[in-house]
Amino acid sequence: MIFQNAITTKDLTRQFQTVQAVDNLTLEVPPGIVFGFLGPNGSGKTTTIRLLLGLLEPTRGQATVLGYNTATQSDQIRKNCGALLEHHGLYERLSAEDNLEFYGRVWHMPPSERKVRIKELLVHLDLWDRRKEIVGTWSHGMKQKLAFARALLHRPVLVFLDEPTAGLDPIAAAALREDLAAMAEREGLTVFLTTHNLAEAEKLCQQVAVIRQGKLLAIGSPESLRLQGGKPRLEIRGSLFSQALLSELRARSEIAGITQSDHQLVIELTKVTDVSPLVNLIVRSGAQVEEVIKTKASLEDVFLTLMEEEK
Amino acid sequence: MIEDVITIIWKEIRELLLHRGRFRGGWTGLLFFAAIFGIFMPLQSGADWIKSPIGLLYWAWVPFLLVSGVVADSFAGERERHTLETLLASCLSDRAILFGKMAASILYGWGLTMTCVVLGLITTNIAYAKGHLLFYPAMIGIGIVVLSFLIATLSSALGVLVSLRASTVRQAQQTFSIAFFVLFIPLFLIPMLPETWRIKMLTVLSGININYQAILILVVTLLIILNIAIISIAMARFRRTRLIFV
Repeated sequence: MIFQNAITTKDLTRQFQTVQAVDNLTLEVPPGIVFGFLGPNGSGKTTTIRLLLGLLEPTRGQATVLGYNTATQSDQIRKNCGALLEHHGLYERLSAEDNLEFYGRVWHMPPSERKVRIKELLVHLDLWDRRKEIVGTWSHGMKQKLAFARALLHRPVLVFLDEPTAGLDPIAAAALREDLAAMAEREGLTVFLTTHNLAEAEKLCQQVAVIRQGKLLAIGSPESLRLQGGKPRLEIRGSLFSQALLSELRARSEIAGITQSDHQLVIELTKVTDVSPLVNLIVRSGAQVEEVIKTKASLEDVFLTLMEEEK
Repeated sequence: MIEDVITIIWKEIRELLLHRGRFRGGWTGLLFFAAIFGIFMPLQSGADWIKSPIGLLYWAWVPFLLVSGVVADSFAGERERHTLETLLASCLSDRAILFGKMAASILYGWGLTMTCVVLGLITTNIAYAKGHLLFYPAMIGIGIVVLSFLIATLSSALGVLVSLRASTVRQAQQTFSIAFFVLFIPLFLIPMLPETWRIKMLTVLSGININYQAILILVVTLLIILNIAIISIAMARFRRTRLIFV
């Protein structure tokens, strides 16, 4: 099937009694990218995935996934997508190999292909030596890795990952992130990743959307959101910052504000600009400059700003 | 769809029989069951074990017992262990999931019953044959196979229907017990009837020349109708979009 966007939603809405879990969500996810769907707990991320997979019916609005309508062709969507949902969904009484074997059969993979693919994934994720162990005895990190392998087993076109690193320690989370990035690139996947880990989104995603209480607050590349949401800053560590210097700096049009602490001057800029004239000015004023750092607003700053604005 | 049903059966049976990742532990319980119902009890009962029509009632109860022990887990267990949503997010059709779950519990309950029936026949022959082979009379033999299958199916269909909308296995088991009790309410009501009615009933019944074959056909027909009705309800109630939250 030919499709322009991997996912398109228009006014997608889902109401649970009095709670509007997803509220007029309209977005487009281009194919072949890692798309981050960011939001705090209870913001409607999981419900959106359920709606896109046809596991819930929308109250209003519509969505297409890989060109298929979620209301009428959800079986086709599920056929072409993989998913690691809110819970890993592994059969804990079965071995790792049996879990993958079962889902390989579910996706009608021929036995020989199934065998090769299971080995390929387990070796890549460093689980091959433990494939005969029952999953119930494994750590949360290993289970998440296996669930990730299961989601990719049938070489889907699109994968939904619902907070895949939630509950993992930093080392396990970083390892899973690395695997995710490598696999996505190697297999040319479109990934719909929900997370509230903004550093994770910043590292992995080419595009992100921010959602709160079911409403879409912002969408774009992490870079464009950073530019929209936060002003660049100049942090200067040193001493002897005179009042005359501060007054002169405040008078300049490219400077939005200045804060001074013991050995640091933080200059908030109105736009991305060449800062060398400012540094020259500071040095010429007699200040002792030890270090100059030019920073941009992080995705976290943007996210927090959006959350504040929405309150 | 058949391939998908077999896939579900494959998974369900492995989950049922594996114990800590090994088949050995899982088989122990089943072997114990087979030893009781296939060896010990036939030895106690003698040749009557295969000749008496009472055996029909007995072999109708065994598959019910076995299926009811596992079927409550079919959907409620997956829901409780958070594996249902992933299963529903797969490409399996609604019917494949439903029939796969039912078929697995029937295969388990009826399969084990048939194993015990055959084992009982062998035991009786070894212990009581006295030079000639003993075998079930045709009506009883066919009755056991058909009746136990229909009872296993009834137990499975009812259990799956209950399990579809139960949030936990415990809730499914409780509802299942009540549902089965409701089916047999007419039997429990007999002692409550006025004494004159009961005497009249007994007189009528004692006057009837019992035709076991006709009764068997009647029971089988009723069970087929009941099974079709319950399976149809289960099919109608299986809606993927309503199964995650109950």
